[in-house]
Amino acid sequence: MYRYDEFDHQFVSERTAQFRDQANRRMSGELTEDEFRPLRLMNGLYLQLHAYMLRVAIPYGTLSGKQMRQLAYIADKYDRGYGHFTTRQNIQYNWIKLEETADILQALSDVEMHAIQTSGNCIRNVTTDHWAGAAADELLDPRPIGELIRQWSSLHPEFSFLPRKFKFAITGAPHDRAAVKVHDIGLRAHKNDKGETGWEVMVGGGQGRTPMIAVTVRDFLPEKEVIPYMEAIMRVYNLFGRRDNKYKARIKILVHELGAEKFKAEVEAEYAKHPAQTTEVEQRELTRIEKYFAQPSFEKMSRFAPHFENAKRENVDFARWAKNNLATHQVDGYTIVNISLKPEGGIPGDATGEQMRVMATLAERYSFDEMRVSHAQNIVLPHVKLEDTFAIWQVLKANDLAAANYGLIGDIIACPGLDYCALATARSIPIAQAISRKFADVKKQEEYGPVKLNISGCINACGHHHVGHIGILGLDKKGEEFYQITLGGSSSENASIGTILGPGFAAHEVPDAIETILNTYVKLREPGEEFLGAYRRLGPKPFKEALYAAA
Amino acid sequence: MPLLKNNQFVNDEWTKVSDTDALPEGAKIIVTSTRLIQDWDLLAKYTGLLGVSLANNERAEILTPYLSQLSLIVLSFPAYTDGRAYSQAKDLRLDGYRGELRAEGNLLLDQFQFMHQVGFDSFEVNERFALQQWQAASKQMSLAYQRGLYRTSGEREVWSQRHQGFAPWEEQPHAG
Repeated sequence: MYRYDEFDHQFVSERTAQFRDQANRRMSGELTEDEFRPLRLMNGLYLQLHAYMLRVAIPYGTLSGKQMRQLAYIADKYDRGYGHFTTRQNIQYNWIKLEETADILQALSDVEMHAIQTSGNCIRNVTTDHWAGAAADELLDPRPIGELIRQWSSLHPEFSFLPRKFKFAITGAPHDRAAVKVHDIGLRAHKNDKGETGWEVMVGGGQGRTPMIAVTVRDFLPEKEVIPYMEAIMRVYNLFGRRDNKYKARIKILVHELGAEKFKAEVEAEYAKHPAQTTEVEQRELTRIEKYFAQPSFEKMSRFAPHFENAKRENVDFARWAKNNLATHQVDGYTIVNISLKPEGGIPGDATGEQMRVMATLAERYSFDEMRVSHAQNIVLPHVKLEDTFAIWQVLKANDLAAANYGLIGDIIACPGLDYCALATARSIPIAQAISRKFADVKKQEEYGPVKLNISGCINACGHHHVGHIGILGLDKKGEEFYQITLGGSSSENASIGTILGPGFAAHEVPDAIETILNTYVKLREPGEEFLGAYRRLGPKPFKEALYAAA
Repeated sequence: MPLLKNNQFVNDEWTKVSDTDALPEGAKIIVTSTRLIQDWDLLAKYTGLLGVSLANNERAEILTPYLSQLSLIVLSFPAYTDGRAYSQAKDLRLDGYRGELRAEGNLLLDQFQFMHQVGFDSFEVNERFALQQWQAASKQMSLAYQRGLYRTSGEREVWSQRHQGFAPWEEQPHAG
């Protein structure tokens, strides 16, 4: 994985010192809260309902054991012993004191991490496929270009005061696990007719109040042109994106209002007008970065793992976990371990300091010292020998980390909601907990097959409800929380926005409503048909009838 | 409002002339882009120095035909959060404009270095900050990852440093 050199170290140290000065000026009263606000936001520090919240960047979701231990240390020392992994592959701490924030940033900088640009109207943390470098279907590892974009976008003087926040997602595999079509810019690697590798550039996807699927502005952008071409897109957005209404300020609205063709023409004109002086430095930098992401030294092994097979036969719980939580690796004998942070009745994405340390140890011992945070708020050990999985599972089980529900109905994405967030209109966490209790039996979850259930506590859609196969949106009606259900969303390569089914439900009615939907699917599915496929074939009608006819 | 150039306060010798005012002879005047374009036949023969103010919803391209005869372009930041003028400045510099590029509006310390880096070289600043604060603010970071920036406080370009043999873009603005 990427390691800082002297320049990266110096950059983050200077930034940390700068923030310490700003925080001191705020605490001494030299800066008003109004003046301090944009400064703290540039460093990921929010003022929430009960306390400051600090969001720490985990670039493209990759981190080492040492870094995870430091996150655990921060959770224990400066928070209440836990942290919350987010849908943008970051971690948030919910109970932060202003006077300790500079010390936390220092602790992060000690392990090559920071909180730069985790908020504000700038380019945010770049996200990628959480199986990057390991997935069997991968064409190329998306993280080197992610790191190049991270560096280029860090304190970019031209693009730090955009109309609104800006999110990049990158996938190097045909099966999109990074939700690139619902980001401001999505990049997808593919090969052209000549066998060269390049990037499809998609712009203007997003969720929030106005969910949209991105449009393709370039089918095939050669790798060496990525940075100058991104500059052109960003310049067009910075100049022409709306600034009169914060809810219409994302690039998706600009693309929509101009129309895809006109937007494309603007970008191409800008790109042609100022051709890059040279892209050779960028090329060399990418080559330098790529070396950090070279494959680890995998052992040559057989695809058949006798101890693994044996353990599955002897332990039904392990077999179930192995079936649901392991994914196919590029290399024979290895597997991808998906650690579900969704135990029965738990808070999606939360981990205690102790659990973080346990995962760090497992990564160091069994996964070439590497972990990933997924946008579905789970942790991944990307390079594990099949023969080691039983030992890993036992450790996970002892630490409440062995939920066997990866990709199933219990693997819920949820935003922090009204329990923490100043924007929320309803609670998300208790709904996620109630649903996870309702479907506690993993056998039952398996019957329903792969289902993505996503919950947001307001229309800003941080819980990705628009692209959940089942989406739940918490709203407020005259002081009462109620929940709207959408069906048919997807964030994959066949992305779609879910359709609202009908009137909302009270909090206590939601788990039953979900069960009704799932049972309707089971009744109507064709052999082997997954939930999303069945919904796309059947449409909302039978689900509506089942939900509302009974009432 | 004090004017900052080369990290010193200086006298502002420029006069803003509205679209209906008569042109003072042999002065340093700032007209709007509308007047510049409308009255170009007259302004092309102007005896003094010519400057123009460009609103932040106007395209920098409209000035392209006039760039070689302009000595000052004023761009504005109506709010510090409105970052359009950063891109206008960059556009103008990329288009080859080498005269004075002035920022006006809600300028705060923490954006000051960014403004330098995209090519601004004069600043109509707020009285509440002392000169030393502006001077310190112009060199908050000693490194930049981006290439092709103006590096008035000697910032180093990380990528050019890493890959020896690639000199950073050396051209720097020169406030008049």
